[in-house]
Amino acid sequence: MSTQTTAGPVRHLQAQFRWGWSEIAFWLATLLPLVLTPSYLVLASQIAITALFALSLDLILGFSGIVSLGHAAYFGIGAYTAGLLSTRGWGDPFLGLAAGALTAGLFGYVTSFVVARFRHLALIMITLGIGLVVQEAANSAGWLTGGFDGLQGIHTLPIFGKFRFDLYGYTAYCYSLAGLFLVFLVARRLIHSPFGLALRGIRENTARMPAIGAPVHAHIQTVYTIAAVIAGIAGAMLAQTTETVSLEALGFQRSADVLVMLILGGTGRLYGGLIGAAVYMVARDQFSGLNPQYWYFWIGLLLIAVVMLLPNGLLGGLSLLARRARTAP
Amino acid sequence: MSESALTTRGLNKSFGSLVVAADIELTLPPGVRYALIGPNGAGKTTLINLITGMLQPDAGRISLGEEDITALPPEQRVRRGLVRTYQINSLFAHLTALESVTLVVCERRRVAQIWWRQLTAYRDEIDEAYDILRALTLGPVCHRLTRELAYGQQRLLEIALALATRPKVLLLDEPAAGVPREESRELFAAIAGLSQDITVLFIEHDMDLVFRFASRVIVMVGGRVLLEGTPHEIAADPRVRAVYLGKTRQEAVP
Repeated sequence: MSTQTTAGPVRHLQAQFRWGWSEIAFWLATLLPLVLTPSYLVLASQIAITALFALSLDLILGFSGIVSLGHAAYFGIGAYTAGLLSTRGWGDPFLGLAAGALTAGLFGYVTSFVVARFRHLALIMITLGIGLVVQEAANSAGWLTGGFDGLQGIHTLPIFGKFRFDLYGYTAYCYSLAGLFLVFLVARRLIHSPFGLALRGIRENTARMPAIGAPVHAHIQTVYTIAAVIAGIAGAMLAQTTETVSLEALGFQRSADVLVMLILGGTGRLYGGLIGAAVYMVARDQFSGLNPQYWYFWIGLLLIAVVMLLPNGLLGGLSLLARRARTAP
Repeated sequence: MSESALTTRGLNKSFGSLVVAADIELTLPPGVRYALIGPNGAGKTTLINLITGMLQPDAGRISLGEEDITALPPEQRVRRGLVRTYQINSLFAHLTALESVTLVVCERRRVAQIWWRQLTAYRDEIDEAYDILRALTLGPVCHRLTRELAYGQQRLLEIALALATRPKVLLLDEPAAGVPREESRELFAAIAGLSQDITVLFIEHDMDLVFRFASRVIVMVGGRVLLEGTPHEIAADPRVRAVYLGKTRQEAVP
């Protein structure tokens, strides 16, 4: 009897978790650059990697309400790990990914003990501090990281020993896109899991969580570590596909940029970071072509406009339009 | 000493020179319905905050059953069955009623940390959450976002969240606050219908409700327990009439 009466609730949730047409269309569209803009595959590959990085930030910011201004630390650690391995002759891409994920995840786990204990402004300052510490550590450890000049001599071996990373970015884009998609599947599963529900609880009402018996700190530590792993994978991919790593990979600018992308696209929607990264990177590409010195001016203007007019980001605006269109006669 | 579900010994708390709890000694046996009454500022909510660990006492001891829980953080107390609700709704605005209660059930069953399986794999948890909502008449609205629920329904959801933790001791801070009179009776009927294994302590200002639903009453004034007794003993006590009922009469005058 119980199953009969409650098939409704479970089915209702299942329907929510099902893949929608817009989702399928989105992923099909990511294949378009391969045929439509083959001369932009290098950019497309960087967009996919940045989107992965933004997805990682969305897990902690959009789904758990943890604002970070130092997320590039984990990205950079992943990038340097993969880069360093490669310069030592360990250029296999999957090995680099695994190692980048591992080191970034370890650092994420260690820092999560501090991060989980703070909220709001204090948290922003702490994550900013973590970012600065890592950046300066990498800068001063020039013997290891190449310091200001960056890491030289990275050579990424062909994938499966077969597909070399070509100049046109064909392999790079396929590789980055596949990575993005696979990690996206994991993230999508995560937000539809019991843990994802707990994260939404933390975002909605952190103060209430202990009163329902929820270990808030442990939850935050888990998601922060997972986000660090994903950031590390993204960083490793950038190092492998561009075959360079510089301090810029873990600088404040990158932390700020990814935050801007996520807010542009819309937080807490999984796709917000992906859309935001694409819009931001294409805009940067176009604006910096027009006016290489002042392109941040336009980004700034875009950011102000989006936050003022579309508080839930571009994706929030889109879903609002879709809802209007559906209710309109 | 007989069996006690919740015990406090010498509980003290001050904010600067303001004493909000002074030598609170309570022994609540299992299954008894307690009303906690007293004028505004008597320290009723503070007492709940102290017992549930939202505030740390300056001195004193709190035991749940045989176990000393004075040093435990709030979520550990909840996991042991000491649960509260809030006077002002403290809910998850953008979760549905079903999601909210399912979350609590998942936390209780220790599956809320699982991120690699889909929520719908946890049928038992969802079923249990749905059953709790139905028992509180929230079944038909279980897929609505919490913020879209009527106020009275939100009060019921507060109680649903607490019940989903399977409490042994349930502390209700003005469960019917802001609810129209007729509805508050329904709400208290739901509370009265709770399992007799659960010890309930509720703060309530409406004396009718107190006399109907409490088997014992605790009167607090100025951070102290003035007295404890059956509703009839309390009603007959001249000190209560002077302090508590006198005060309410004053409050009624603008």
